[in-house]
Amino acid sequence: MDSSIAPRLQLTGITKRFPGVLANDSVSFAVLPGEIHALLGENGAGKSTLVKMIYGIMQPDAGEIRWNGQALTIGNPKAARKLGIGMVFQHFSLFEAMTVLENIALGMDAKIHARDLEARIREVMEQYGLKLDPHRTVSTLSVGERQRIEIVRALLLNPKLLIMDEPTSVLTPQEVEQLFVVLRQLASEGCSILYISHKLHEIKALCDTATILRGGKLVDTCDPKVETSRSMAEKMIGAGLKEITKPASRSLGPEKLVVSRLSIPGAGPFGIALKDINFTVRGGEIFGVAGVAGNGQNALLLALSGEVLSGDAEAISIDGAPVGQLQAKSRRLKGLASVPEERNGHAAVPEFSLADNTILTARDRLGMVSAGLIKAGAAKTYAGEVITAFAVKALGPGAMAGSLSGGNLQKYIMGREILQKPAVLVVSQPTWGVDAGAAAAIHQAIVDLAAAGSAVVVISQDLDELLSLCDTLAVINEGRLSRPIEVAGADIEEIGLLMGGIHGEAPTTPTAELELADAH
Amino acid sequence: MDFLIAAIITIVGISTPILLAGLGELVVEKSGVLNLGVEGMMLVGAIAGFAATVLTGNPWLGVIGAAIAGALAASLFGFFVLTLNSNQVATGLALTIFGTGLSSLIGLSFVGRIVPQFGSVFPPELARDPLLKVVFGYSPVVYFALIMVFAVGWFLKSTRAGLILRAVGENDLSAHSIGYSVIGVRYAAVAFGGAMAGIGGAYFSMVITPMWAERMTAGRGWIALALVVFAGWRAGRLLVGAIFFGVLMWMELNAKAGGLSFLSFAQYIPSQFWAAMPYLMTVVVLTLISMRDRVGLNAPACLGKPFLPAT
Repeated sequence: MDSSIAPRLQLTGITKRFPGVLANDSVSFAVLPGEIHALLGENGAGKSTLVKMIYGIMQPDAGEIRWNGQALTIGNPKAARKLGIGMVFQHFSLFEAMTVLENIALGMDAKIHARDLEARIREVMEQYGLKLDPHRTVSTLSVGERQRIEIVRALLLNPKLLIMDEPTSVLTPQEVEQLFVVLRQLASEGCSILYISHKLHEIKALCDTATILRGGKLVDTCDPKVETSRSMAEKMIGAGLKEITKPASRSLGPEKLVVSRLSIPGAGPFGIALKDINFTVRGGEIFGVAGVAGNGQNALLLALSGEVLSGDAEAISIDGAPVGQLQAKSRRLKGLASVPEERNGHAAVPEFSLADNTILTARDRLGMVSAGLIKAGAAKTYAGEVITAFAVKALGPGAMAGSLSGGNLQKYIMGREILQKPAVLVVSQPTWGVDAGAAAAIHQAIVDLAAAGSAVVVISQDLDELLSLCDTLAVINEGRLSRPIEVAGADIEEIGLLMGGIHGEAPTTPTAELELADAH
Repeated sequence: MDFLIAAIITIVGISTPILLAGLGELVVEKSGVLNLGVEGMMLVGAIAGFAATVLTGNPWLGVIGAAIAGALAASLFGFFVLTLNSNQVATGLALTIFGTGLSSLIGLSFVGRIVPQFGSVFPPELARDPLLKVVFGYSPVVYFALIMVFAVGWFLKSTRAGLILRAVGENDLSAHSIGYSVIGVRYAAVAFGGAMAGIGGAYFSMVITPMWAERMTAGRGWIALALVVFAGWRAGRLLVGAIFFGVLMWMELNAKAGGLSFLSFAQYIPSQFWAAMPYLMTVVVLTLISMRDRVGLNAPACLGKPFLPAT
């Protein structure tokens, strides 16, 4: 076969079975040289499994992988890298306590002296306009910089195929644009890119071809530039996508949550301090907090939920009552519910049943404890209600929280809080790692709660989510919150600049930003 | 002056076994495994080294036998915690109990025997000189331990294998996803730790008191474990810590013997105080360093956690 037209990678009939699940059911598609190929699908559609087989982490049960026309088995990641397959993982496989250089050295199979490696790293960074200090410890880097380590690590191998797993979920719009420049440059040099995402507009902007998976099966291979976001989303979900239905006209109620001059010192040397935060959320209002990860979102959630107390009782008030010095439990009784970002281990105990998990936050408001004894029946009933109302796929109230998929557990946790009818709900990353169907359900639940008169604060790094959900949003950067911006008529460019730490003046944080190569 | 020389020689002697075992445990913990069986592995090494020396008449073969026996005992631990994913703390404690019992059982037939001693590494005129023996007068095992401090430090900091070992201890799942054999690295580390603990144990039965007695390591395996934490998982500090703990143990010995007459306060302080000091100091140091963040603490992030890759 003429090698110039042989696909770089061709999958035929790839099948992978796990106990009880058919993760990939006879999937076939091809990636051409220099093509940016999207792999699209909900969580659990089988994208990760498929990619792991291409990268040699798992072996298919059936089917054939052809590389440049040659049928072969990729026994392990090392073999994959030898072929020229690089991968940038969604959850970075980085070693926090080690330097950038050590991290990259670990990803190299050939033995290279540290000094030569550093020279090559600088060369690659120069070529693609990526900025990074090789001697910094990873724990001090931003998420964007961490991703850059992974990209540099992959690029050092001169990859012929680069697999990117949800690369933009943690980047600012500007960083996304700059990443795309790098990817387009790579593709123009003949490197194929397999781009996994569920952000449809990105796929439309970047990719030449899109392969859509649903429930382990290939649904369609299409041209994303011809398709609409909506048509691709429907193929992905397999049903008509429900739009968020907002009540046509809403009048905002009285001020429910008032935060005034909230300042909290950072925890530990790398903890972000909250500096003079002010905002007000009224009944019926959805208030968004945008920002790049690690700018104080976590500290803000902890301060609002009551896990970290404010020095000033007046800094936070609910329905006019100061709560700044009340514990989470007391704030809950005043009507403030919160959903932290981390589902397993913070919002829910994975080793507990769903029923036991309801007791954690609903015991006082719903009277699940009397005289120090747990009312197991009440917890079970409430868990059942949540499961039904939020269409949680679980075996029942007795199912372990950890056995649920991310999206289902998130629906459950949201449901657990929302059915308590809180006056104020604070949620962080409500749809992080959640499939599109569950995300839509969660968004609808948030809108409905606000429509019923509650005040909702949504902290999210997903700007699209905030723009579609919120009435007002503010940007958090280095522990400071910008002025609130009305979402109707908001300027995305301005929000993006605020997220990058630029407050309408000259750039003040040049260190971390991915910069464009001027040479190309 | 004589008193000082005697003190230094004693302190170096009692520091050596905890230094050896500590270096081994340092490598084990850096790979993410917590092996609390150091005391048991030391006792296994002590009897194996003693028995091998008695049977072959060669103390060098004794040390090698101790290292092999320690590594075998550690590999048994490795099989349980790495292959079968058993709880590391419980299995380590079981290893100590097992090692104590096994060494006593094997030792029954060696009670009352004596072993041939190591010759001097340096010319006898240096090793016996009243002053120079502070530098030249030790058992070869002492010099081996010193060399190992630098070897382990260099291995962890500057070699690729050391980098991989630290990576496995820092984030086992990532190391696995890059394609390193987490279990393989940990087996090697655990076996090395066992070999070092074995040699440390043999130092008791072959050098300190060249005869076999049950439980002759007298809890020094636990001090070695504390030493690793005290040293903040750094080889250089391990040496400093071993000497510091050596001083404390020397104080304990003196307090027991009613010595230390030159220090008037000593007679008011019971020996138990000095026996407790290494642990107390470890808690103090741990508290001090943990005021910094976890990375500053230098503790391996995966320490004690079983490796459970998603399939």
